[in-house]
Amino acid sequence: MEDYYLKVSKGHTDRRKLKSRLMIILCYVAAAMAILPLLYIFFYTTMQGASSLNIDFFTELPKPVGESGGGMANAILGTLILVALGSVIGIPVGIFAGIYITEYSKSIFANVIKFVTDVLSGIPSIIIGIFAYGLIVIPMKSFSAYAGGFALGVLMIPTITRITEEMLKLVPHSLREAALALGIPRWKTTLRIVLRTAQSGIITGVLLAIARAAGETAPLLFTSFGNSFWSTSLDSPMASIPVQIFNYAISPYDEWHSKAWAGAFVLISLVFIVSLIVRLATRNKFSQTA
Amino acid sequence: MNKEITVGIKEIKARKKLSDLFFENLTLVFALMIIVLVVFIIYEMFMDSKLSREIFGFGFIFSQDWNPVKDKFGALTFVYGTLISSIIALAISLPVSIGVAVYLSELAANVFKTAISFLIEILAAIPSIVYGFWGIFVLAPFMRTTVQPFLQSTLGFLPIFQGNAVGFGLLTAGIILAIMVTPIITAITRDVLKAIPTSQREAAYALGATKWEAIKMALLNAKGGILGATVLGLGRAVGETMAVTMVIGNKAQIKASLFEPSYSMASVIANEFAEASGGLHISSLIEVGLILFAVTFIINSFARLLIYSFTRKTEAK
Repeated sequence: MEDYYLKVSKGHTDRRKLKSRLMIILCYVAAAMAILPLLYIFFYTTMQGASSLNIDFFTELPKPVGESGGGMANAILGTLILVALGSVIGIPVGIFAGIYITEYSKSIFANVIKFVTDVLSGIPSIIIGIFAYGLIVIPMKSFSAYAGGFALGVLMIPTITRITEEMLKLVPHSLREAALALGIPRWKTTLRIVLRTAQSGIITGVLLAIARAAGETAPLLFTSFGNSFWSTSLDSPMASIPVQIFNYAISPYDEWHSKAWAGAFVLISLVFIVSLIVRLATRNKFSQTA
Repeated sequence: MNKEITVGIKEIKARKKLSDLFFENLTLVFALMIIVLVVFIIYEMFMDSKLSREIFGFGFIFSQDWNPVKDKFGALTFVYGTLISSIIALAISLPVSIGVAVYLSELAANVFKTAISFLIEILAAIPSIVYGFWGIFVLAPFMRTTVQPFLQSTLGFLPIFQGNAVGFGLLTAGIILAIMVTPIITAITRDVLKAIPTSQREAAYALGATKWEAIKMALLNAKGGILGATVLGLGRAVGETMAVTMVIGNKAQIKASLFEPSYSMASVIANEFAEASGGLHISSLIEVGLILFAVTFIINSFARLLIYSFTRKTEAK
């Protein structure tokens, strides 16, 4: 009788162990599945992009179909200008809102603002494009860099707010208390001590937001639109790398495709480098506080 | 002498109070800007879609017509395309994401943990235009030559896997979305699993549980947070524009087959907005945008509430 129970429970245990092993193998498979497309996209873009990347890409204007050579210089400049415009809006609003949420967290507004920031980060970027179109393109009666930059700025806000909030939370309370105990006013404590302590984290967060904004396409389609020529005037249409990639990608010409791959490679490299900086900076941050 | 000092201190205190008040309100103004912005976005979309809302009424959502030449507009095909592609995306990415999250929080050695977390972070940051571009030239041909014929030969009796294997369509859009939302769901699920106290797993082991049984218990305890992560991923999939536009085929139709080209709410806006002629066309596109906004707003609010309440619960423990 005892033998029987022992036998049954042994079979049962074996089955449980087998199942456990199987499920854990599945988890490994899942991890491999998630990484595979990334590596594929990464290497494919690098292979395609690096081969068509040359000096002309950064210095020449786009050439019409049929003519070889040419580059995306105006789109690169355009992206820089648009991102700079976006930063003018996104960085101050994002950082100050982040300060408000953490430093004055006892107010009823803080939670509301936190929630609304989450809402803003969830709004599809194409809708921000419609918003900028109605707010700026229609009154100005023209696609413009202003509208594109504004849209990018709005998109940057939630990322920067959240990063600021998280970084300020890492600053130990004792630091604030020490400053206040010395009679330093609260605003000075926040700006000169709390913000400075969290500085590197916030800067990397801002970098991340900028890298993301540089890759945004949807909100630019009908705000900054596109331009095949040099343009630095902010009230007229302006080229940008992502929109240029889109236009080239859906065209039927091989030459344009290889230009688009080069553009995609530039964007991916940007993201990779910034992510690496963020990783290294935040790792230092943690080891410092630990 | 003593009196002078107290007066001096009072002055300093008053000045301090004033500057503190100024600073607090300055940050408040910037913070309120975010609220104003969101309110203004809603207001503007509502006003700009007025023309279309007045002409088509609620029928707009249920009409399949989309004909700019005849000025007939209805959003049903786009709602359908968005919905189905997002559901495909979740069906694929949810099991994978949970698997990766379990791997990252329970199984992986530290070196792999950092490396894979980093890779997944990058995956989340790659611009969607790059995914779309890759989709056109790599994924869609692969779907046409390999995946779709395979599905047809094995599961071809199902109506969803019938029809021409063209490569561009709902299924391809769903797969590219799955690749894009996996990092989001994975990251939150991993954090949620980390929030489950180790003592619970130890208790399970002490009772003789296998590794998987202990993990399963952690997963069950984390299900609120995982649901939140999933819904958040859904919100992202619904609003994704460029990658979907480039692989979904951009044809306004409702067909049973997942191989057929379709159209999504975000893609129709991306494709037609800049060239829209006539107020009614623009207005209808903005109304599509309004529907898209409403859907993502509800989905995201729900997700945030789930995640908030989960973190509060675990923090309370």
